[in-house]
Amino acid sequence: MAGGMSYNIDDLQDLTAAEAYGKVLVDLGKEYPEIVVLTADLAKSTKLGVFFNAYPERSFNMGIAEQNMVTTAAGLALAGKKPYLSTFACFASMRACEQVRTDICYPKLNVKIMGTHSGLSMGNGGTTHHATEDLAIMRSFANMTVVVPADGIEAAKLAQASVEHNGPLYFRVGRGFEPPVYDTMDYDFQIGKARTMAEGSDITVIACGVCVLQAVEAAEELADENDVSVRVINMHTIKPLDTEAILQAAEETGKILTVEEHNIVGGLGGAVAETLAEAGVPCKLKRLGVPDVFSVIGYPEELHRYYGIEIDGIKKGVKQMLDIPVDDEDDAH
Amino acid sequence: MPLHNISNRQELVSFLKNKCVDIRKMIVQLTVTAGGGHVGGALSMTEMLVVLYQHIMNIEPSNPKKPDRDRLILSKGHGGVGICPVLCDAGYFPKSEMDGFNQFLSPFGMHPDMNKVKGIDMSTGSLGHGLSICVGLGLAARLDKASWRAFCVLGDGECNEGSVWEAAMSAKHYKLGNVIALVDKNKFMIDGPVEQIMSIEPFEEKWKAFGWKTTVIDGHSIEQLLDTLENLDPPDSQTPQCIICNTVKGRGVSFMEGQGKWHYGGLDELLEKQALEDIEKTR
Repeated sequence: MAGGMSYNIDDLQDLTAAEAYGKVLVDLGKEYPEIVVLTADLAKSTKLGVFFNAYPERSFNMGIAEQNMVTTAAGLALAGKKPYLSTFACFASMRACEQVRTDICYPKLNVKIMGTHSGLSMGNGGTTHHATEDLAIMRSFANMTVVVPADGIEAAKLAQASVEHNGPLYFRVGRGFEPPVYDTMDYDFQIGKARTMAEGSDITVIACGVCVLQAVEAAEELADENDVSVRVINMHTIKPLDTEAILQAAEETGKILTVEEHNIVGGLGGAVAETLAEAGVPCKLKRLGVPDVFSVIGYPEELHRYYGIEIDGIKKGVKQMLDIPVDDEDDAH
Repeated sequence: MPLHNISNRQELVSFLKNKCVDIRKMIVQLTVTAGGGHVGGALSMTEMLVVLYQHIMNIEPSNPKKPDRDRLILSKGHGGVGICPVLCDAGYFPKSEMDGFNQFLSPFGMHPDMNKVKGIDMSTGSLGHGLSICVGLGLAARLDKASWRAFCVLGDGECNEGSVWEAAMSAKHYKLGNVIALVDKNKFMIDGPVEQIMSIEPFEEKWKAFGWKTTVIDGHSIEQLLDTLENLDPPDSQTPQCIICNTVKGRGVSFMEGQGKWHYGGLDELLEKQALEDIEKTR
């Protein structure tokens, strides 16, 4: 745990990813007076309200005006501040898309963008509030770093790492009801360095965000039920991508299944596919995610099941790739 | 601190007027070098930029990143061919650096890049962004209890962009008297007269309705620019200030003045000669 931090693992396990991030940011605010926080009428929803309470003079609610918020953050960074801004992932990546690209990434300014309620986590909010394109959009911007913490603990680790990270950074967290993967803060988190959650030799599942826990549990069940050895990689950083971990997995397991709460186009699966194709390694690849459609309405758990990015969907995908017969009850739909 | 040491008012006005003639000639020549440029809107904002950089702003061209400097954000970023001669003349870089303007791998192009051109405080080009940058700068200066200002030069057509008004709303909300908007109201956008394409009137009333202290002046009058900019409310005042500068597109060149088609254009030898002669007559 970083020195001077006021939280422990028990605190973090009870917090959502956004809350954990907010809590760490409040601590960092003591040490870094140049940290400023902005939101667009979502201080409560994005959980940065704790920073607003702790440092009202360094917190700016910009109202329902995301474009202005993003560029205002750029202006603050130009004058030496470390701005952290938060809004829903769909608005950060799309409503203020050009501002992120042109005002933050192009001049390479030190702005951290937290997209909350990412993926399908807005559930019955529907397509307008789902964000299944943000990773593809953000990773196409030069100078941008893109991170998807797996849970609150990893979000806290990212918060710590982000403060000394120079340049633009986008990360996404869910709405906040996602169960944690990690049960300890005591692991090495590095932006750009994938983490192996389980060793395995038959196939590798590369997941990010909320799908990591699902992949870990699917791997355990597959080992028990089908005697399959599944490697699970938490690819928390989508850019810069840990290509070494991908190519090693390709070489050692020959099969890769990617799982993400995102369109299968352009996100984690797309990035892994690019890496494999360019390296020219023989490897079977399957991408799980939202299959290039606008998402339907339902609770997140229902949507994860519908799009096959939870335990059963991952098990089914693994079995298909390993030519293991799939039972009807494995059928997610 | 002004870049000159002239104390006599008349001398100052005459110095700045002459500067504008020199700068306009540089703009025309740069447009030729560049193989074309946004010359109309460059010539319309010359007095604004010359008065700001030569006399009003606290800057140090030998130390372009001086922390307590005044900032200027060229929100009408297509004015690259208009601002670079002003920065060059102020001493940020030698004229020879602009020799390859617009050419392959040149640091200088249509829209200025803060990481490549000394004196440029922010990379701009896409319209409607600059005033939000100034809001961020203004907030940062407030947090640092600093007394520098953030000047923003906008086009009038640019004010069609909704984000300009998001920024205007927030500058007033955060009481940023250290943010100064200057609108180069040359009355033309690419497709024609602003009032025909997308009307912005009543323009002064709009800024006032957004809570800005608003004045309208002749943007080609050195005297009016000096009077207005020397008498701004102090940076710690609570109201952002907008100066609407009535200007003429293509100012100083007979065949360009008030001609929408000279929003962007190139000049052959004959036109260049004519333009330089026209400008010299304004001395």
